[in-house]
Amino acid sequence: MAPRMADPKAPLPAPPGRLPDLLWRGATGLCALAIFAVLAATGAFLVRGSARAFAHHGFGFIFSDAWDPSGGHYGALAFLWGTAFTSVIALAVALPLGVLTAVWLVEIAPGWLRGPVGLIVEMLAAIPSVLLGLWGIFVLVPLVQKFQERVTAKFAGAPFIGRFFDGPPIGFGYLTAGLLVAIMILPVIVSVTREVLKTVPVIQREAAYGLGATRWEMIRLSVLPWGVQGIFGAGMLGLARALGETMAVTMVIGNTPQISASLHATGYTLASVIANEFAEAPDDLAISSLVSLGLILFLVTLVVNGAAQLMIRWLRKRAGGG
Amino acid sequence: MRAPDARFRWRLLKGRLLEGVCLLAAAAACLPLFAFLWHVIREGAAALGADLLTKLPLPPGETGGGVKNAIVGSALTVGVATLVGAPVGVGAAVFTMEFARPRFAALIRFCCDTLSGVPSIVMGLLGYELFVKPVKHFSALSGALTLAFIMLPITVITTQEMLRLVPHTLREAGHALGLPAWRVALSISLRAAAPGVLTGVILAVARIAGETAPLLFTAFGNPFLSANLGEPVATLPHTIFVNSISPYEDWHRIAWGSALLLVIGVLGVTLLSRLVLRLRAGAK
Repeated sequence: MAPRMADPKAPLPAPPGRLPDLLWRGATGLCALAIFAVLAATGAFLVRGSARAFAHHGFGFIFSDAWDPSGGHYGALAFLWGTAFTSVIALAVALPLGVLTAVWLVEIAPGWLRGPVGLIVEMLAAIPSVLLGLWGIFVLVPLVQKFQERVTAKFAGAPFIGRFFDGPPIGFGYLTAGLLVAIMILPVIVSVTREVLKTVPVIQREAAYGLGATRWEMIRLSVLPWGVQGIFGAGMLGLARALGETMAVTMVIGNTPQISASLHATGYTLASVIANEFAEAPDDLAISSLVSLGLILFLVTLVVNGAAQLMIRWLRKRAGGG
Repeated sequence: MRAPDARFRWRLLKGRLLEGVCLLAAAAACLPLFAFLWHVIREGAAALGADLLTKLPLPPGETGGGVKNAIVGSALTVGVATLVGAPVGVGAAVFTMEFARPRFAALIRFCCDTLSGVPSIVMGLLGYELFVKPVKHFSALSGALTLAFIMLPITVITTQEMLRLVPHTLREAGHALGLPAWRVALSISLRAAAPGVLTGVILAVARIAGETAPLLFTAFGNPFLSANLGEPVATLPHTIFVNSISPYEDWHRIAWGSALLLVIGVLGVTLLSRLVLRLRAGAK
């Protein structure tokens, strides 16, 4: 302890503005607590709201593919499948497209194009989901239908791959929903990949050039291997977004609780069944079952998103330290 | 010097080809935005008129009408959400910058990232369980508060980034003058960062203005004009949703018109704010 000149027991004269400072600290602290409160409340209220459904159905709820609220049958499996299938389609489209776009933006594009093209891709993220859904219904669905009629319907009877193209080509369904979600997650994949590729050390690029590599060989040998984890993280973050996409998917997926591997089939996702049926749920049990679907969605996105954040954080640290 | 041999020329060609694939990917990534804007402007311009802004929706089958109720409802819910969400978000960001230890600050940041990753439909369920179920009826207020929840983490993250751009020395100068912490935060940090913070808040407002999923079972929708926080209200995104999945041609027309309104508002504001943020980040 440093020696004090004044008597330690004597009350300190209150510095000017001490009370306001405490109030300030308290008020901003409460604001910070609000973040934890909202997050905790989300978990708590979803658990409370879904308690009735889980008590009634047991955990078999998750593995049942029946869904008929008016008949009293509830199961999550069809929606889990739908969410997984649309997300996989979306990732299969958006990840390669996004990574190649990021490579082009960081390594190949002429300087004056990088800003504008980057901004255009970023602006995609600003389109409200419901507007993309509107565009989906009236523009993308007819296009996809034409594509299905002319191209993919011809595979319907083929061995092995035939099952992916079963059913009439109506445009609505998994393929269109997956494409819309792909559009929505493209910006996040591009921006994360871009950020990671930018951190590739210059010396590593120079090493490749020094060995006589062409520009593409330099990208393949020095840039992409360094960026692999980043690309993985970008995919995870995109997946987390894809899982929860609601409006656009609800508008084009066809809303039928069935499990099918066909790109032509209509389906349903966790998010879209909540969006579609919650307001018209016939009774408390139906509401509680929908809330439990929400709880499942919440937990899954929490895990995927958390893993992606940790990964990206680790990458930033690596870029900063290395 | 020898002319490049066939193998080298092949390597160069292969590189060019694969770089061309990257170019195509980038072009494909730009395509959806242009296609979307093209259709919204073309279809929306035909529907956008004084009627759309000043009339109420008509029953199915009748041609005409507008979305005045939805414009008022959107302004109401987004306005209240901003009044609640923005100050709390900025306050939380100030706390993290000024008082929180690094670990706690990292935890706050992690929670914000997590919260902003929670699907908005799930936040809608929270809004329902928290505000609608206890009083047993839908209301504009429940929608507004749910939107505030969504706005909160986004505001915190952008505000933190803007506060970080304020030089330490400025703050230290304030402390050295004996200013209390709240004066340093308000008159120095926030004041210096004000344009950036404001832009961040505007970005968050633009984001929640387009949200539909959290309003489905909170603000719910209302075919009549209402500005009452205790009553259900229509909102633009919700109206677009309902109209576009309806079977009526004229409702589709109204959906496109409203979509153009929302695009002008949301994309216009977002684009401007992003440019401002970029300039500020670049100026540093």
